[in-house]
Amino acid sequence: MRHIISPLDFSVEELDELMNLANDIEKNPDKYANVCNRKKLATLFYEPSTRTRLSLETAMLNLGGQVIGFASSNASSAAKGESVADTIRMISCYADIAAIRHPKEGAALVAAMNSSIPVINAGDGGHQHPTQTLTDLLTIRSLKGRLENLTVGLCGDLKFGRTVHSLINALVRYPGIRFVLVSPTELRIPSYIRENVLDANHVEYEEVEILEDAMPKLDILYMTRVQRERFFSEDEYLRLKDIYVLDALKMELAKEDMLVMHPLPRVNEISVEVDKDPRAGYFKQVQYGVYIRMALIMKLLEVEAC
Amino acid sequence: MLNISGLNEGIVLDHIPAGKSMDIYNYLGLGKLDCQVAIIKNCRSNKMGRKDIIKIEGSIDLIDLDVLGFVDPGITVNIIREGNICDKKKLMLPKKLTNVVKCKNPRCITTIEQELPQVFFLADKEKKVYRCLYCEERYSSRRKK
Repeated sequence: MRHIISPLDFSVEELDELMNLANDIEKNPDKYANVCNRKKLATLFYEPSTRTRLSLETAMLNLGGQVIGFASSNASSAAKGESVADTIRMISCYADIAAIRHPKEGAALVAAMNSSIPVINAGDGGHQHPTQTLTDLLTIRSLKGRLENLTVGLCGDLKFGRTVHSLINALVRYPGIRFVLVSPTELRIPSYIRENVLDANHVEYEEVEILEDAMPKLDILYMTRVQRERFFSEDEYLRLKDIYVLDALKMELAKEDMLVMHPLPRVNEISVEVDKDPRAGYFKQVQYGVYIRMALIMKLLEVEAC
Repeated sequence: MLNISGLNEGIVLDHIPAGKSMDIYNYLGLGKLDCQVAIIKNCRSNKMGRKDIIKIEGSIDLIDLDVLGFVDPGITVNIIREGNICDKKKLMLPKKLTNVVKCKNPRCITTIEQELPQVFFLADKEKKVYRCLYCEERYSSRRKK
């Protein structure tokens, strides 16, 4: 039995298989419509997350399975003081697979250590969010045709952005990846990512503060939101929140086939006028999120299409 | 010059960096032992300038060598029998530490579920980096002022 707690739990070869399956699901959804008949997914969401929960639930329903669960800790036994370990032991008797989101880091690992069913980490605080990373990888591979030899621009909050850290960790496993890290000084990538991931893997990267300078070089531009909840001072947040806004004018500087990605929700870092641009990939990213989660559920449940 | 009598049966922890002996005393839980324990601070040492020494009367089973390896793998562990050194134990950085140190990350699951064991794993042997099993936060021995 396997769990997914970190995006690095799967080897590059296993990820390839998973993405091949996701692409087949995209092409032939009917073939997979009943592979999880009579199977149940439990979504244990100790903090609200509309997108991830609905994406996982949609994935299970698309496979013919059923869904049980709770959407906030108030609606669960956690409000009565039940531990994650006890909750997952109980859920193991009800469901065939569980997805857990928890505000505390390491909660998904605790669940996996005490579970007799596969556990999907649907986000544990600022720590890991593997299904988002798998979504990003599938989107890149499907829309760019490869995961190698790409110049990837990461823009916005690179200090606190869990999505960005996970994506860097996942992409450095592929050859020919270069990064352009676009952020204000206050939100630069943390030194442990620079030293332990980028330098340790001899990955080429540059750090810039002006998005326009980076645009012409990029094959992919991954925008992120500056998150209010990460700041201690409101003034600091207000000063930095609109520092990067991708608009049609900036898109003119980009390559014709550059792909724009965003983990969503966006606030105003991507102007709505960019939505019409064929290079905007962020809503397709949402759709790929469902396909990869379908593939992941199948892999963890060890079910195959007939 | 202070004279501490020799041990007949027991353990001598030598080459402890000066000032670290009380940390080791606490980490090893020596305060809970019934046997005699001597802490000698700031001894003169040719090798180290100054060093601390701890002498414990009793069996090697009384101390956790993994904990000692975590605190400082350079410490010498001498086993004394009939007044002589009969064995020296080599210390190594343990791969895993359970319930020795606590995770200080306020966002870690261990902060709200206190019954969970505090587990750290050796993430980088060269740099002696330990990380929390759950949240992967690096262990830091620095105390907040």
